[in-house]
Formats: sequence, structure tokens, C-alpha cells
Amino acid sequence: MSVSAKTLDQNEYFYGHKACAGCGGSLAVRNVLKVLGKNAVAVLPAGCMSAVGFNFPQLCFANNAIISTFAGTASMLTGIEAGFRRRGIKDFTAVGFAGDGGTADIGIQALSGAIDRNDNIIYICYDNEAYMNTGIQKSGLTPFGAKTTTTPAGQNIHGNIRPKKNMFEIVAAHDIPYAATATVGYMNDFLNKVEKASKIQGTKYIHVIAPCPTGWGIPVSDTVDAAREIVDCGLWYLAEYENHEFKINRDPKTFTSVEDYLRKQARFRHLSEQDIKIITDSRDKKWEFIRKNWN
Amino acid sequence: MEKFLSGDEAFAEGIRLACPDVISAYPITPQTIVVEKLSEMVEDGSLDAEFIHVESEHSALSCAMGASAAGVRAFTATSSQGLLYMAECLYYASGGRFPIVMMNANRSTALPWNIYGDQRDSLSQLDSGWIQAYAENAQESLDLALMSYYIAEHKTVSTPFMVNLDGFILTHTYEQVDVPTPEQAGKFLPPYETENKLDPENPKNMAFSAGPDTNYIFKYKEHAAMFRAIPVIEEAERRFAEIFGRQYSGLIDAYLTEDADYILITLGSIAGLCREIAGQLRENGVKAGVLRIRYMRPFPAEALAKAVSSAKALAVLEKDISFGNEGTVFTNVNSALHGAGMTAPAYNFIGGLGGRNISHQDIIRIFETIQSGTAKRVNFIGIGEEENS
Repeated sequence: MSVSAKTLDQNEYFYGHKACAGCGGSLAVRNVLKVLGKNAVAVLPAGCMSAVGFNFPQLCFANNAIISTFAGTASMLTGIEAGFRRRGIKDFTAVGFAGDGGTADIGIQALSGAIDRNDNIIYICYDNEAYMNTGIQKSGLTPFGAKTTTTPAGQNIHGNIRPKKNMFEIVAAHDIPYAATATVGYMNDFLNKVEKASKIQGTKYIHVIAPCPTGWGIPVSDTVDAAREIVDCGLWYLAEYENHEFKINRDPKTFTSVEDYLRKQARFRHLSEQDIKIITDSRDKKWEFIRKNWN
Repeated sequence: MEKFLSGDEAFAEGIRLACPDVISAYPITPQTIVVEKLSEMVEDGSLDAEFIHVESEHSALSCAMGASAAGVRAFTATSSQGLLYMAECLYYASGGRFPIVMMNANRSTALPWNIYGDQRDSLSQLDSGWIQAYAENAQESLDLALMSYYIAEHKTVSTPFMVNLDGFILTHTYEQVDVPTPEQAGKFLPPYETENKLDPENPKNMAFSAGPDTNYIFKYKEHAAMFRAIPVIEEAERRFAEIFGRQYSGLIDAYLTEDADYILITLGSIAGLCREIAGQLRENGVKAGVLRIRYMRPFPAEALAKAVSSAKALAVLEKDISFGNEGTVFTNVNSALHGAGMTAPAYNFIGGLGGRNISHQDIIRIFETIQSGTAKRVNFIGIGEEENS
């Protein structure tokens, strides 16, 4: 059964937390748990979602949930999955929710290990493109040109000088059973990927763009719009890796303006015409590769 | 059944008898034999456990915590750099009250690189909230593998347990070891049952944040639980003796200390040599004794002070140094002596760092210098005056 607003579980599993207004990460967690249901066992490392959801005695998960060490999301998932199996529990899904830093930087080793072992877990990276919980510092998934509190935009350097790490393809290179990209802007696509992942044996990885209004410098009402526009302008893409092959889910005939997408966000406001050209050229090059090589 | 086993092998036999559900393993010398043996036991079906090849020590303990949070018995093993690499998880496991058992092969810490035995790795983690025991021989290693689960998992304790074996000297030295039967082990060690687990019937949020109002209370409870381990250690040893016929002596192991004038305090595998020399000195009319610390946490402050109360002078021999101060065991012992109002002089002897041999003659010299009052407060065995200045 495909997941939609009509079929989505009306129960809430993540509520009463203190996430900021317009938080894309909490939207992702809330809806994923609706898809996976009450038998999800959630692991969240240090980061926004654990900081807002686990403040004793105000604990905000209706299902089983635990904070892992920052680097240990995947390895703790491994232990929980093995432990539940040993207890003879069959109906459960071990799911991790880690941010971009928790996934692409400090947690990448444990994630790689879990994929290598093909542990039966779902790992969701909610990507808001910087260490937002600690106050908007650059992570390995901060895009080129973004201003953060550790990549200031000045006369000499225009924000972050390096492009985003390509976690989707890094994960796929392990020949993982299932990997996908998504965005909270296209929720049906995202949640159907979650449901699909929940039916596949082995390690599953879903990388979901989850804007942070505070860190991106957008109005709190624009989270979903920004999460759509990043796909529409081609700077993010909706894709899957399955049965050893890449597949693009959405191939827009024309892209919306990269410049419009960037200019709406305070973190990119300093970019020069030349910076925007670098970003646009890089988008075009990536899409040329995708269209040539992916299904 | 009597077998000829190294310390590592004996420990692996003990773990097989304890039947952990999940074993997370990452290799590091001189711990490797333990995880190799356990993998063979899982392969041949004599141990029914999930053997998980983690990609680092940090993940080894993180995975063990996941298993423990899922409500099952978990084991891992490490050494030296590996212990330091997982240090974050040590504090996490004790704070989460996950009764994981871990073997640590005591090994020197880099730099300079060195694979041989000293105790700087585990002693640097005394504050991490783990029960810390130090085995003397292969038999005690096996027995501690079993007893550690009984103590760690006891409802009043619920605290992780680190069993330390001197690298190579104990991990790789072969001795005759009595390996109990699974039936005996099953009689001794009950299955792990806990409320401190994720549960589909009764969902929980675990490993949460606690602010300034409550954080301190959680920490105090952790501290109190460590002290509650003391009677549980006695209970475990009493039951162990009933079933296996071997009686251990709690937090300390005192040898000829009752009337001793000169007592050497130490820990780990060097204790046997120290006892032999104390025996020889007794034959020459010197009232020598040896006190082996079996548990560094909970620290046996009262038992230790009581056991050495007759002493005119004390030596603390340890394979450790806290740079800029003195040996950490010495600091702990002195605090206990001071707390008990003891005024006999105590001297620290640092030796064996990076696996340097501590000889028969070195131990005799320790007794001689504390007897003559010529020892310094902190003495470095085998370091000459030039290096010492």
C-alpha cells in the first residue's frame, strides 16, 4: 500500500518536543515513525532531535527510543537489532535518525561498518546542511558557498569553499541493498521510500533534505517550499540505489532558477555572480552524469 | 576439566560458560586470542551468540550498549589504544547502567608505541564508572569472566565490569586451569533479567538528557551502586565457592599481612613473585607481607587499611604513573591510609612500564629500602640517577 496523507497513521509517536518552529528534521522524524509504527526502535545520536526530544522527565517518543553516542548511531542500531532478535522479537524495525554531521562526518565509520555487515537496519540521515544544534557550524554536507559560523562570508572567502560530500553514492559504493535520496518537500516520495525500505532485508539508507529555517535564514513557513525548490532547481535529486543500480526518480525537463533558490536564503546572500555560476555549472555536470549513467 | 590454557584462552572459556547473547569484537594485541577463540566457539556451535565484527573499539562498546539496552547479555574485549578510543562509551555505558562485561588486556599506551604490558590504560579510566578487577592468573581470569556477570547484572548494582589481565604476562602465558562444566556455570549464573531495557510491550526512552536539577542525582545513584557491588562481590564469591570449590577473598587478597611490619601492595600478575619473596624474607626473620588489590573500583579503602594496620612501612608497586604526580594506585592507597588515620610511611615504586621486567632482585630491593627508610616517596625501578634527575 502506498503511503499518502490519506493513509498515513493518525497516531503520533514524536510530540511534545521543543524543536524550533519550521524544523525540517522533526517533520522527517515524525512522519517516518508514522510509517514504521509503534514497533519502531529509534536510535538518535547527539544532535537536534535528541536535544529536543529527550529532556528528562519530558521524553517525547511514544515508541522505544534511545540516544546513542555521536559517532555510534549505526553501531548501537546493530546491537539493538541483534539483541531484539536474540530475545525472539520479530516485529520491529531498528531505525536511526542522524543529522548531516552525525552521518557524513563523525558517524561515517560506524555507518560503513553496519553496511559492510549488512545489518538489518534503516538509517535515515536528516540533512540540514550544517551542525545546527551547536549553532550552525560547517559539516561535510554543507554546500559550496554557504555561510556558517565557521565558514564566514567575507572579502577573502565566500563561505564554505568545498562542495557537499556525496553520501548517497558513498553508501551505494558499499553495494547496500537499498539507498535513496529524498526531501521533506516531496513527502510522499520520501515516505514511500521509507515504507519500501522497511520491507527490504539488510541495511537501508535514506538521505532526506530537511531544511533548518534558523540555519538557512528563511522564514519558518518556508521549510517545505525550500525543500521542494532544492529539487526543482536541480541542486538535489530524488534517486534510488537498488539491485546494484542507480535510478533517478524525478528528471525535470527544465530546472527552476538556482539563483532564485540561493537568494532566498540568508546563508547564500553574499554569493557573487561567479559563485552562482560555479554552483550552476556543477549542477549541470552532475545531471549530465546522472542522465548518462543512471536508469 | 583440567586444561592447559593461556590467560586469554581461559577468559574465553569463562565467557563461553557465561553464554553472552551478543559479542562485539575488534582485534588488538594482546587481546586478539580472546575474540579469535570466541569466534571459533560460535563457529563450532559450542557458543550460541551473535558474533559481530565491528569496525572499531568505539563501535564495539556502542554495539554492546545497544545489545544491553535491548535487554540481553553483551561482551566485548579490548586493550590499550582500543580502550582509550572507546573511552567516551565507557562513561556512556556506566551512566546508562548497562551491565556489560569487557576484558581489557593491560598494555602500554602510545607514544612511544609498545604492545607490552603495563596498567596505564585501565588505570586512566578509573573514573569512568566501571567496576575494575585485576586478575593474577589464568584460573582467576576464567573465574572472573563468570563472576563479573553475576556482579554487574545484580539488580542492586547494574554497572559495567572491566576485567583486567596483564598483557602477555597473563594473556599469553599458559597454566593449568580447571574449566567448569556448563551445568555448574548454569547453576551459578542466572539468566540476565532487567527492567532497564527497550521493550515492545512497554516502550521506553533511554539514555536521555538530564539537566542540572536531576543530573547530579543520577550520578549519585551511579556512585551508590558501585558501593553496593561490595556485598554482591562477597555473595558471588560465596556462591562460587559452593559450586566450584574455589574461594576468592573479595576486594583484596592479603598474604601474611596480619602481623607484618613491611607490606608490599600491588595488583595483577606480579603479586605471585612478591609473595614468594615475602615468604623468603620471613625465613630470614623479616616480617614481610603482600597485599594484592583485586578490585580498583569499588576501591577497597577500608579493607585495605585494616589489612595493613600492623605495618611499620608500606610499598605500593604499580605499572603506572600519572605524569606530574605519582602512581595512581599509590594516590588511592594513601587516601585510604589517611582516612583510617594510619601514619606508617608509604612509598611508591613505579616499574614495568612498556613491559620492562620487574625482577626478583627488584622486589627484594623494595623491601630493603622501605625497611631501612632509604626509599624516596616515589621511586622508579631500574631508572638510574642520571635519568632520574
